Amino acid sequence: MTNTMDDIEQAKAILVIGSNTTEAHPIIGLRIKKAVMQNDCKLIVAEPRHIRLCYYADKWLQHMPGTDVALLNGMMNVIIAEGLYDEKFVHERCDGFDELAELVKEYTPERAAEITGVAAEDIREAARTFANADCAAIIYAMGITQHTTGTDNVVTVANLSMLTGNIGKPGAGVNPLRGQNNVQGACDMGALPNVFTGYRPVTDEDVRKKFEEAWGVELPSEPGLTATAMMDAAAKGDIKAMYIVGENPMMSDANLHHAEAALKNLDFLVVQDIFLTETAELADVVLPASSFAEKEGTFSATDRRVQRVRKAVELPGEARADNEIVAEISKRMGYDMGDVTPSRVMDEIASLTPHYGGISHARLDEGITIHWPCPDAEHPGTPILHTKQFTRGKGWFCPVEFVPPAEVADSEYPLVLTTGRVLWQYHTGTMTRKVDGINEIDPHGKVWISPFDAEKLGVESGKEVQVSTRRGEINIEAMVTERMPEGVIFIPFHYVEAAANTLTNDAVDPVSKVPEFKVSAAKVLVK
Amino acid sequence: MEQINVEIDGTSCTGPKGSTILDIAKANDIYIPTLCYDPRMEPYGACRLCLVEVEGARGLLPACYAEATDGMVVKTTTEKLERIRKTLVELLLSDHDMECQGCAKSGRCELQELANRYGITESPFVGEKHEYVEHVENPFVMRDYNKCIMCGRCIRICREVQGVGVYDFINRGFKAIPGTPYDKPMQETPCEFCGQCISTCPTGSLKAKPYEGDGRVAARDMLRNACAFFKMSEEDMMEALGLQGWKVRTTCAYCGCGCQLDLHVIDNKVVEVTSPKMVGSGQGNLCVKGRFGYDFIASDERLRKPLVRKGKKLVETSWDEALDLVASKLSGIKKKSGADSIAVLSSARATNEDNYLIQKFTRAVVGTNNVDHCARL
Repeated sequence: MTNTMDDIEQAKAILVIGSNTTEAHPIIGLRIKKAVMQNDCKLIVAEPRHIRLCYYADKWLQHMPGTDVALLNGMMNVIIAEGLYDEKFVHERCDGFDELAELVKEYTPERAAEITGVAAEDIREAARTFANADCAAIIYAMGITQHTTGTDNVVTVANLSMLTGNIGKPGAGVNPLRGQNNVQGACDMGALPNVFTGYRPVTDEDVRKKFEEAWGVELPSEPGLTATAMMDAAAKGDIKAMYIVGENPMMSDANLHHAEAALKNLDFLVVQDIFLTETAELADVVLPASSFAEKEGTFSATDRRVQRVRKAVELPGEARADNEIVAEISKRMGYDMGDVTPSRVMDEIASLTPHYGGISHARLDEGITIHWPCPDAEHPGTPILHTKQFTRGKGWFCPVEFVPPAEVADSEYPLVLTTGRVLWQYHTGTMTRKVDGINEIDPHGKVWISPFDAEKLGVESGKEVQVSTRRGEINIEAMVTERMPEGVIFIPFHYVEAAANTLTNDAVDPVSKVPEFKVSAAKVLVK
Repeated sequence: MEQINVEIDGTSCTGPKGSTILDIAKANDIYIPTLCYDPRMEPYGACRLCLVEVEGARGLLPACYAEATDGMVVKTTTEKLERIRKTLVELLLSDHDMECQGCAKSGRCELQELANRYGITESPFVGEKHEYVEHVENPFVMRDYNKCIMCGRCIRICREVQGVGVYDFINRGFKAIPGTPYDKPMQETPCEFCGQCISTCPTGSLKAKPYEGDGRVAARDMLRNACAFFKMSEEDMMEALGLQGWKVRTTCAYCGCGCQLDLHVIDNKVVEVTSPKMVGSGQGNLCVKGRFGYDFIASDERLRKPLVRKGKKLVETSWDEALDLVASKLSGIKKKSGADSIAVLSSARATNEDNYLIQKFTRAVVGTNNVDHCARL
């Protein structure tokens, strides 16, 4: 997030696109509700399903999955045509306005309406509401990124925010919500194939040298494989061994049959986890690790707020803390990591990472709130990014054309399948499905289908149906609901017995390598 | 922001303009009793316990509601105020079971604290008492209206903070309670089971079902009872008893909101999870997972020993064997097929420190940049 969670309450307009905030990020959902209910904020929700946030919205744009670029370009068309953009911001802080204006000229609300299914007048009104607000925030999540056009979507979101001068000030910003407790931190820490900590490229010789000196070894200069590419390489036999820590690709990857084939093709698989997950079942060695309640450390929240994690209970049985396990394997492979006490490791991170330069456990234990970047121990942190300039200096408008999803509904697979979370469950269900109360309220997954499609297909609520795509099929209970638009079905991906990702498309975005979880062509058969 | 000066109990206090008397008193560590107040919500002014005397004002003013003005002179603890407060608490207790020892909220009950403060062991007012059957129809929220003081905090937090509005006062007069529409089971309402109502309830009226009824919980309740009896904080009591790890402040392990949690621990088990009010991004608010989703920590299904594949089966083994096998296999594959034939998936669930070590291991020890995690999934 360029801004913070506290900051959301100050917004005068919020566009939520591709985020079912009240279910996937409930506490951020509270901030949005407060802004709307108590602070006179206008809420625009762009979302194919009628999510709970729609009850609080001034405007609900029900666009078809995978048409975000067309919708946002349509809004920008109106904003430029009606002169509602922030001329001063665009002139002083951005490059490439003319190119943007030329491209979005083609996206009249009428044309955007044709692509998205949203009425042209609604696009106009939403554009005006957003552009006319003193400060307007955009909040998005995986509904924007999990597309073959995910990068295009993100860039277009940024274009809209810059065009309306909503960067670098309170109550505004581009605010992606990170889906896991420490996905922000894992990225910050360089658990990515192309960057070291603090997003510094492995290809940069100076950066590499710094790490080589600190670690005392020579480091590879070629970027590695992304998670999705690893699976492809494993299937082909190019990756021969994998070490998987606290991840469950056998539930979370798109196209699970492919993931299974890939993992089974490995010569050696080590899984380090707290449960015998679907992935661990395929492993050659399984190492029992620690949950968040059993270790010290830090998590970085979605708004770059670094916070302490503290040990509350002892590890079960012979399970060990993750840092010790990694250090042990390392030692046995001939590299001594030395003292891996979390507070000491944070000091090492701080010494090698400008963003985290002023962060230490001691400082966090004083109870202060720090959002990175925090370059030194005196620095209070940076709640709002890009207040004076962007990372590259001037913001760069990067106009993007609408491209349809990799798979569209056709006569054989006439429905669009989209996936996501429900309030009760979390990700692959490893944790929440072991909670008794949650199992009572939400015992199993359901496929959501519109009354229109249900009637056409003879589907009834509570009855089992078969949902299939080109990748596979699952049997699952149907839930007929007016919250779904005609032609779209939704399956949450938490449930192993009806794993939605058996169905999803593993086609990826060319830049981010994120699979298109949100759009697959599917069909429903009554059993 | 413009600052104003207020004299409270003879002490000169400052605070931002627009603050209530209570805000300024709290900021200056001056205690004013409250019952219907929660900083997460708009002031309500129902319980009248926070009444204060203000020089020149026509009557007594509720500190939670009354805006402080520059030069105001406030008295929080006069004989008259304390007499009114005592009577108010006695009235509330006239329809309240005083067997605090059997109540799970004992030691954390705001009403009990006030009864202790005013030395009330029995209410002088005798009248009809409610005899409701406790509502236990759903897995998360237990409702015992015999202990309800009608402060409306559950109604307000559900409406104002959660934006849902499951509760409202139902029935009339003596029979009024903060109930669900038509007194329906909570599963049949739009309830999200966030437990926010439990987090704000000042008495034992609303309780978290997952955190009641086990032997360790009984120990927790005993401890809190002792705290109430000796008027000690939980931390001081634990220290006096030589026990450790009672309440551990940490960060939620579910989504990326980063809500702050207090894990209450007894006998190496998490017996309750709460969130500190007005701290961190969540400000004391939690969702159903963040408040109740912790059975997994002590689950029987947790992995307790390393496993190694023998034929088709995974069998238990020693750490030494497991670690040696991992190290030799990875080293062997690296030697034979090159470092780039090995890939590591780190975890968005693990800490920063763990993630740092895992990417360091991949780059410095294995010698490849094939490291990623599930940011994309």
